[in-house]
Amino acid sequence: MSTYSLSDGLASGAPRTSRVALLASWIRESGVGVLASIAWIAFGLSCLWWQDVGDWSRTHSLGIAAFIIAAIALFGTVGADYLGSAGQALHKRAPWLVALGAFLTVWEVATAKFAWLPLPFFPPPQAIIEVYTDDLPKLLDSVFASIKLQLGGYVIGATIGFLTGVSIGWSRAVGYWVHPVLRFIGPLPATAWLPIAFFTFPSSWSASTFLIALATGFPVTVLTWSGVASVSNAYYDVARTLGAKPSFLVLKVAIPAALPHVFVGLFMGLGASFAVLVVAEMIGVKAGLGWYLQWAQGWAAYANMYAALIVMSLLCSGAITLLFAIRDRLLIWQKGTVKW
Amino acid sequence: MVATALAEAVTYPAAGAALDIEQVSHAFDIDGTELPVLSDVSISVEPGEFVALLGPSGCGKSTLLRLVAGLDKPRAGRLREDEERIRRPHPSRVVVFQDPTLFPWRSVWDNVALGLEAQGILRSQGQRVDAALDLVGLASFRNAYPHQLSGGMAQRVALARALVNDPKILILDEPLGKLDSLTRITMQAEIVALWQRKGFTTLLVTHDAEEALVLANRVIVFSERPARVKADIRVDRPYPRHRGDPYLADLRRQILGLLGLDATW
Repeated sequence: MSTYSLSDGLASGAPRTSRVALLASWIRESGVGVLASIAWIAFGLSCLWWQDVGDWSRTHSLGIAAFIIAAIALFGTVGADYLGSAGQALHKRAPWLVALGAFLTVWEVATAKFAWLPLPFFPPPQAIIEVYTDDLPKLLDSVFASIKLQLGGYVIGATIGFLTGVSIGWSRAVGYWVHPVLRFIGPLPATAWLPIAFFTFPSSWSASTFLIALATGFPVTVLTWSGVASVSNAYYDVARTLGAKPSFLVLKVAIPAALPHVFVGLFMGLGASFAVLVVAEMIGVKAGLGWYLQWAQGWAAYANMYAALIVMSLLCSGAITLLFAIRDRLLIWQKGTVKW
Repeated sequence: MVATALAEAVTYPAAGAALDIEQVSHAFDIDGTELPVLSDVSISVEPGEFVALLGPSGCGKSTLLRLVAGLDKPRAGRLREDEERIRRPHPSRVVVFQDPTLFPWRSVWDNVALGLEAQGILRSQGQRVDAALDLVGLASFRNAYPHQLSGGMAQRVALARALVNDPKILILDEPLGKLDSLTRITMQAEIVALWQRKGFTTLLVTHDAEEALVLANRVIVFSERPARVKADIRVDRPYPRHRGDPYLADLRRQILGLLGLDATW
């Protein structure tokens, strides 16, 4: 009886269920992509539907751009099978596209259209786009100035920190002299040196480089040192019985074994040096994104501040990503032994 | 299988060195108190001999090996390799430790190349690394990293890393202690084959009487700490030896008796 009714139900319902299942699977596959497209259409409409409460020149272009993104999302989703890896990349990021489109819509409506958020302090998206199109040369100059300062200070600080760390980890005599100095000066925030540095150094650029190097150097030193100090004696024993000289023990045993620690120091140093960079640029250096922020604040140009903040966060996260990539390359041997 | 693999392997010019341990005593400082570990140990090893050092756990056998390797200096007495005083480590005396202690950041090939690289002859003698890897049957793992190897494979790499230096004295500090029993038996046969082929002098620390008897042609039994030589037993049996050999079983009973285990065995 039960068998009969089951097969009967299957037979009569089969065509309908398969169509519904097909639709369900299509929605599962492409629903988010279509939703992303809808969200960006909503953003485009929110730009063009109402009048702006203020005077912004890029509203129309922004609306058009939103429609273009919506179209790309839609066609990318529908034609995902023909787009290969690009289609897959879009599929993976579709939920973020939905969230971003929704956020921009709300932002647009809350600022440019109805001014629910107090206006000069919360500029609409088109005001920020306007900064990127109209104030680009100045912004780019600031970006390059920041990168130059940051890179110089970081490389100097990381190099000195690494060499110091290896020396005090390896040699008791060096440790005797350097360790107390490190203990005394290291924990001091590098920004505390700002006033002195800007008076004693010949230029604000050299003063800032010194401060950034200082902020980088301390964590790199300490972690390199602890890395070298924690290398197992068994490694040294093995190398010594195989005929290794002291230089080999340092370069081919101690340093490679300590490298995972060194990278922790490099990451900490990078974070610390960003803070010093911005403060130094705000106070003493007459260039860079920190200075741009300060300058924009002076003119109450809030859109410029947000624009500079976005660029700054892209730069900082880009630097971290780059350091990760270098680490992944150098420490490929760790991949199977620790969780990344 | 091992024997045929060895027959095809590259030959090195090699011969064992004589080792003289003369009235060596050693002690450790532990929190200010002196802990004697070796007491007046004298052993004379002929070139090419395979000597097993057997004794209770913690009696100071491994300490003696460190002295032979030149990693530590004895408090009293002298050690000589071919009449020359041992003062520091030298690649003619290579140690294989209980842990393989491969460098995790180096591939298998680079680990085996360590000794040649340290001596600055890797560039001209790189083919010796390949030969050593062939010898232990791991040529296909040359690019693997240590964490990808099993315990037995890692210990084989450590063996290759030692052998690539063409040692005159091979020092084995319980190298099979942490391996499973099957891998152990296979590697015991491999070690004997390598030793017969190369002719290096071998010192093996173990606490397994059976292992000592299957491998060595001389077994030295140590007392409790501080270690003294309790017995020096010659094992005159041809290789390959059989574990069930009544002569070896008899010796084993005798040795366990010396170690104070006769009641149970």
